[in-house]
Amino acid sequence: MVKVAHVQLSSCCGCLVSLTDTYEKLLDVLGAIDLVYSQTLADVREVPDDVDIILLEGSVCLSDHHALETALACREKAKILVALGACAASGNITRFSRGGQMSKPVHDAFAPLTEVVKCDLAIPGCPPSPESIVAVITAALEGDMDYLEPYAELAKYGSEACGCDLIVKVINKSLCMGCGACAAACPTRAVTMECGRPAIDKEICIKCGACSVQCPRIRFPELIEKIE
Amino acid sequence: MDPFGSYKFAISARATNNQIRKKSQDGGIVSAAYIHGLESGLLDGVIVADKGEDFCAIPKVATTVDEVLSAAGTKYTTSPNLSVLKSAVREYGCDKVGFVGTPCQVQSIRKMLKYPVGYRHVPDKIALIMGIFCMENFPYNGLKTIIEEHCGIKMEDVAKTDIGKGKFWVYSKWGDVKTIKLKDTHPYEQHSCHVCMDYTAELADISTGSVGSPDGWSTIFIRTAKGEAFYKAMEEAGVIEIKNIDDVKPGLGLVEKLANSKKDNNGKERAHRKEIGLPLPY
Ligand SMILES: Cc1cc2nc3c(=O)[nH]c(=O)nc-3n(C[C@H](O)[C@H](O)[C@H](O)COP(=O)(O)OP(=O)(O)OC[C@H]3O[C@@H](n4cnc5c(N)ncnc54)[C@H](O)[C@@H]3O)c2cc1C
Ligand code: SF4
Ligand code: SF4
Ligand code: SF4
Repeated sequence: MVKVAHVQLSSCCGCLVSLTDTYEKLLDVLGAIDLVYSQTLADVREVPDDVDIILLEGSVCLSDHHALETALACREKAKILVALGACAASGNITRFSRGGQMSKPVHDAFAPLTEVVKCDLAIPGCPPSPESIVAVITAALEGDMDYLEPYAELAKYGSEACGCDLIVKVINKSLCMGCGACAAACPTRAVTMECGRPAIDKEICIKCGACSVQCPRIRFPELIEKIE
Repeated sequence: MDPFGSYKFAISARATNNQIRKKSQDGGIVSAAYIHGLESGLLDGVIVADKGEDFCAIPKVATTVDEVLSAAGTKYTTSPNLSVLKSAVREYGCDKVGFVGTPCQVQSIRKMLKYPVGYRHVPDKIALIMGIFCMENFPYNGLKTIIEEHCGIKMEDVAKTDIGKGKFWVYSKWGDVKTIKLKDTHPYEQHSCHVCMDYTAELADISTGSVGSPDGWSTIFIRTAKGEAFYKAMEEAGVIEIKNIDDVKPGLGLVEKLANSKKDNNGKERAHRKEIGLPLPY
């Protein structure tokens, strides 16, 4: 049985909610895996040594040595380390943290997991959809690297994700054809369509990366064409 | 090069309902499918490009026959139909959504289905994907320049636009009909269309367009099992009238010619972009 662990660093539990929000599919997934660690779902104190897949949600607080140790330990213990959700993948809302919070006033630096340790896969989105989590776990179980390739690429290069991607990588490159996929994907409604092009409200963008990940004019893996 | 993508069979058809045919662009296939879907319960919400002020296009979730009918007809300008996909599921609570779009938009929704990162609980709600043939599209101000400056008709007065017989046609609400040669509209096309290799919406469940069939009729490709089941339901309900595609003029030959010319021209543009180091979707 494939051993899976779910670990949390600086996060809001939204990704965990998404993981459990897969309804009956969760049972399939849980049936196919051995959940060896999850603060909420399993009664285990320590992440075991040999884990096949670690899903790590949240960013890493660099002013907290425990967080750094956990991140490093997870990298060591996991065959496949997945940055689960936008905080782990691209920093997300934690990009804006600058300390002074009541209980931990000195916690002022947060970096996405992908910038701290090498991750194998990153699933952006705030939260990522349950469907994408199931699809990634299933593909990882099946070793379907073709499908996972975009997630592997995000783990390597996706940490700067922002609504600005739409301007810089799509509109400025004369590639936007105005489908509106980015606008629907945005969880904060920072993207509106004006004259058939996305306009981004930077005050509202939390840097979750969902918009540019959904854009078919940046990445359109060939396997999408297999519709039957 | 494969001109049409994969499909099960092709036919020529039109809506049997007069009211649909009067309002729609060609054979009224999209509206007929949508209306049949809503009335039979196969669909509970459909995405359309509604007519906004001054003949602009506004994506909208339609849940009634009237809304479908008032949004019938082609707008030759971008209508970001995917932008309302999530609200169809969230705000309108639809479980069986019908989608229509240009080939690029169909690609976009297919990407969403395979990689639904920001689309929680949407993928399983998509019941039908319809695609419309497309050679190119225009930004709104490009369309406006064609219609107001070249054809001398104000946007607020436009009743219908069409492309056919090598011309771009504008019909005003007062009965004027103006045309401009299609080649004179090229400068106003959106440039991103020039990297597009898909003419017939190859990834749709059902694709339709005017080319290949006589005026008032549509050419249809049935591509997937889902598309076939929906088409069969329409046929059984008698909402469309069908002809063998081999019996109509000009037939699939013309569709093939246009699809290939799009692939040839845009294939060259893609090669050119690559040569000078500009990115392409990969
Ligand atoms: C930009 C563009 C270029 C086209 N080029 C060709 C072509 O080269 N050859 C060809 O055969 N056909 C082309 N078509 C398709 C054709 O104009 C008709 O849309 C198609 O035949 C459907 O007609 P119908 O009578 O079945 O649909 P109708 O019953 O009239 O319904 C059409 C549906 O499409 C939606 N729609 C209208 N405009 C848009 C838009 N811009 N984006 C997304 N959805 C929209 C409407 O809301 C409506 O629901 C093009 C369409 C567009 C939008
Ligand atoms: S614009 Fe929206 S979807 Fe894009 S990164 Fe910002 S918050 Fe996320
Ligand atoms: S998803 Fe990409 S192509 Fe579609 S509207 Fe947004 S930026 Fe443009
Ligand atoms: S030519 Fe291609 S990119 Fe342009 S609107 Fe049509 S389908 Fe979209």
